[in-house]
Amino acid sequence: MQNRCIIIGAGHAAAQLAPSLKQEGWQGSIVVVGAEAQPPYHRPPLSKTFLAGTKTIDQILIRPQAAYEKHGIELKPGVRATGIDRQTKTVQLDNGAALGYDKLALCTGSQARRLPLPGADLAGVHYLRTLADVEAIKANLADTRQVVIIGGGYIGLETAAVLRTLGLEVRVLEMMDRVLQRVTAAPVSAFYTRVHTEQGVTIETAKAVTALAGKQRVAAVHCEDGSHYAADLVIIGAGILPDVELAQAAGLQVDNGIVVDEYALTSDEDIVAAGDCTNHPNRLLDRRLRLESVPNATEQAKTAAATLCGKRKPYASHPWFWSDQYDMKLQIAGLNQGYDDVVLRGDPQNSRSFVAWYLKAGKLLAADCINRPKEFMLAKQMLAQGTRATSADLADETVDLKALVGEHPG
Amino acid sequence: MPQIIYIEANGAEHEIDVPAGNSVMQGAIDNMIDGILAECGGACACATCHCYVDADWVEKVGPPSDIEKEMLEATPQPQENSRLSCQIQVTDELDGLIVRLPESQY
Ligand SMILES: Cc1cc2nc3c(=O)[nH]c(=O)nc-3n(C[C@H](O)[C@H](O)[C@H](O)COP(=O)(O)OP(=O)(O)OC[C@H]3O[C@@H](n4cnc5c(N)ncnc54)[C@H](O)[C@@H]3O)c2cc1C
Ligand code: FES
Repeated sequence: MQNRCIIIGAGHAAAQLAPSLKQEGWQGSIVVVGAEAQPPYHRPPLSKTFLAGTKTIDQILIRPQAAYEKHGIELKPGVRATGIDRQTKTVQLDNGAALGYDKLALCTGSQARRLPLPGADLAGVHYLRTLADVEAIKANLADTRQVVIIGGGYIGLETAAVLRTLGLEVRVLEMMDRVLQRVTAAPVSAFYTRVHTEQGVTIETAKAVTALAGKQRVAAVHCEDGSHYAADLVIIGAGILPDVELAQAAGLQVDNGIVVDEYALTSDEDIVAAGDCTNHPNRLLDRRLRLESVPNATEQAKTAAATLCGKRKPYASHPWFWSDQYDMKLQIAGLNQGYDDVVLRGDPQNSRSFVAWYLKAGKLLAADCINRPKEFMLAKQMLAQGTRATSADLADETVDLKALVGEHPG
Repeated sequence: MPQIIYIEANGAEHEIDVPAGNSVMQGAIDNMIDGILAECGGACACATCHCYVDADWVEKVGPPSDIEKEMLEATPQPQENSRLSCQIQVTDELDGLIVRLPESQY
């Protein structure tokens, strides 16, 4: 019988892992099971162009269902794996079938973190993680005037930007003292607060939400400090949790994500994992990470595919991320955790184009580039090459950064 | 349906039918061509869908936008005929278009 590889989860990681298996020379069959109803789709547009209505479902599919079939990949949307038996090497599916595997890949991603708020089950209260979530939000928009978004992270702010542009009254309630507190420096938070305010969004910080109120549909949001806000639509963006349930039940090592090595291998030598669900080492950064980004999912998936084919291609790259809000394209190179200095290039107070460089002991860690695509590209190269640059050079618009980066990197 | 010819850095050639309206990047992704990564899925945010447009086609394909141009300038090996393939929309006029893929997208 032919070898079989089963991929559990059909998101970004799976959509890369399956074709990469073919490219790495996998001769057996490939079966992908995904709990969502659609073939793998691009998740970032959910809070951007898809919510805005400028892209349709077909336009956000990573590729159409037929493309998988054409390349001999059996993709089963709408099927959830409910258990893994590592002794008999079978996966139990919710359609009653059990499927044997030789190799297994876990690409289960993550889920929106649920807030145990009274009233969270009222109509008009939504999370934003899946296509189905966004379709439910869109179905509500026709009779929505006032939106409250709980959580001022990237997804919350992107959603605010889209709904404001659609003409709704939008308020963002953030628990911390500033939006994006976990991920950016104060000047960048201040910048996004300014722009959202200019666009007519109200941002309130240090607001701990305690309850949602309403009869059938939500009508108000109550905060710990006694304040309350009218709302006919509430969107909760309170972060995510890696989806480790199956791995845990199967006895794989789990610790803030499925624990894998730099080859994406779990504690079972026939099982790899890739994407949001993993806790993996990064030798460039000299520590373990769990990341929530598309590039992480796709690159780790390639490593995982190589591993399943008996090759060794360690996964080690500098993280990057992007976020679109209004007319602003934010591109982030690197991870800023542990920075001790922030250097600005450009004017975040009066313009919509600047870079915030993050340094630690004079070494570049990361760069937030707002409408600065060229600096973003160069920042990636500087990180890859370990380029040294002084704060003065980074801040000075007249210094050509390209000259600092080696000629033909990569 | 317009046919696009992708030539990888190692010389491997793929003749692919790509529906009008799709991007040149999407044609490569649908057909699992290795040389285009497209990490951002066409959001013009990653420049990992870089390609070189065949000299005979440069005019028909047209120039990049400002953002795209800035990204291209900072790719590992930019050339005059560089484009981000996610920003090239396939039309009937582009039937026969030849694009070459760089050795590496990083
Ligand atoms: C609104 C939004 C905006 C975002 N914007 C950006 C952005 O701009 N840039 C960026 O880099 N990243 C962004 N992200 C993050 C990015 O989408 C994720 O990092 C990425 O989707 C991770 O891919 P994945 O394959 O690991 O997981 P997922 O895409 O979450 O896919 C996992 C899939 O597995 C399925 N699954 C789980 N368990 C099972 C099971 N037992 N059986 C079958 N199927 C199962 C799930 O239903 C899901 O479909 C955004 C995320 C969201 C929600
Ligand atoms: S796919 Fe990312 S820029 Fe083209």
